[in-house]
Amino acid sequence: MKDRSLVQIALYAAIFAVLGLLPRFDLPFAAGVPITAQSMGAMLAGVMLGAWRGALAMVLLLFVVALGAPLLAGGRGGLGVFFTPSVGFIFGWIAVAFVAGWIMQALRKAPVFPAALIAAVTGGIVVMYAFGIAGMALVGGLSVLDAAKACLIFIPGDAIKAVLVALIAQTVARGLPEALLSRNA
Amino acid sequence: MISLYLPERTWLHAVPAGWKLLALALISLVAAPLNSLPVMAGLLLAALVLYASLGKAALKQIALLRPLWPLFLILLAFHWWNGDITAGLVVLARILAMVLLANAVTMTTRMDAMMDAVEPLLAPLRLFGGSPRAVALAVAMMIRFVPLLFALWEALNDSWRARTGKRGGWRLLAPFCIQTLRLSHHTAEALAARGGAPRGDRR
Repeated sequence: MKDRSLVQIALYAAIFAVLGLLPRFDLPFAAGVPITAQSMGAMLAGVMLGAWRGALAMVLLLFVVALGAPLLAGGRGGLGVFFTPSVGFIFGWIAVAFVAGWIMQALRKAPVFPAALIAAVTGGIVVMYAFGIAGMALVGGLSVLDAAKACLIFIPGDAIKAVLVALIAQTVARGLPEALLSRNA
Repeated sequence: MISLYLPERTWLHAVPAGWKLLALALISLVAAPLNSLPVMAGLLLAALVLYASLGKAALKQIALLRPLWPLFLILLAFHWWNGDITAGLVVLARILAMVLLANAVTMTTRMDAMMDAVEPLLAPLRLFGGSPRAVALAVAMMIRFVPLLFALWEALNDSWRARTGKRGGWRLLAPFCIQTLRLSHHTAEALAARGGAPRGDRR
């Protein structure tokens, strides 16, 4: 693996951690509903780095969390988080980054904003909730339908995050085009 | 950096990290298919006894579970709605016990000891041209990046506030990504100048 890829993987794993530790954003167009920015990190890693590097960034993050670093939102971390009902979402981040990155690479020719939006929505909502609901059903002992009901309240927040990720990708593409590594691979 | 690790030594600190991880894995495998309330309550009780044996500082760490309560209430509500509150209590006891036990391992094991314990598991990476040492480097770089990125975010926030008088919030994300990418270019160059990421075995 090239040095540069290794550094970028470490960088996006760290960005994910920082997004969770920042004070909550108040999004104007969500009527002031506070959301943690953390799950954006998985979409961002995929959209920015592409499938493989994005997924590896999330693997690295989970590895460091398992080693004992409290890097998840609200200072959570350690081995305990892998035994909570949210474990599906946590492992889902790897798939989120991979799918978002893969779509971004497949839509290389399309304009940045719609491509990033499709990537972020497919990865950050469809894939993430598939994993999250499965985890909730298994660990929480619920039927899939009940697990889905328990998870659905978070979807509006994640839809906003997907739009934000697409906006960021577009701004970055304008400001520093080579930063969008998923496009020049 | 803040850590879940308990600085004062307890008897569990003396147990090698590998054994603790193995015990945790075995308990979780055994506990997963069991559905008896007395057994799960017993497991939870055992976890609490373990914390009590580790001292006051460990007992305080039980407060780490507080953010999970809303989720627990939702779970119980669903099970109650389905007419099987016992199943809900079993699930709840199992989650609580496993999270407590897993946190106990994290609380009493230093990150470097944990890294050494899992390193043999990384050996298969060599088959794909990777290196366990490159993993260790990535872990170190990531942990080092976190405070750097914080400082970067604060700087962006300060300059935004100087211009507008308000907090930047999500508007800072795009400039933040651009700046961090510059940082990663410098880091990659510095790494290359020092001979690049390690490729062989550790040490």
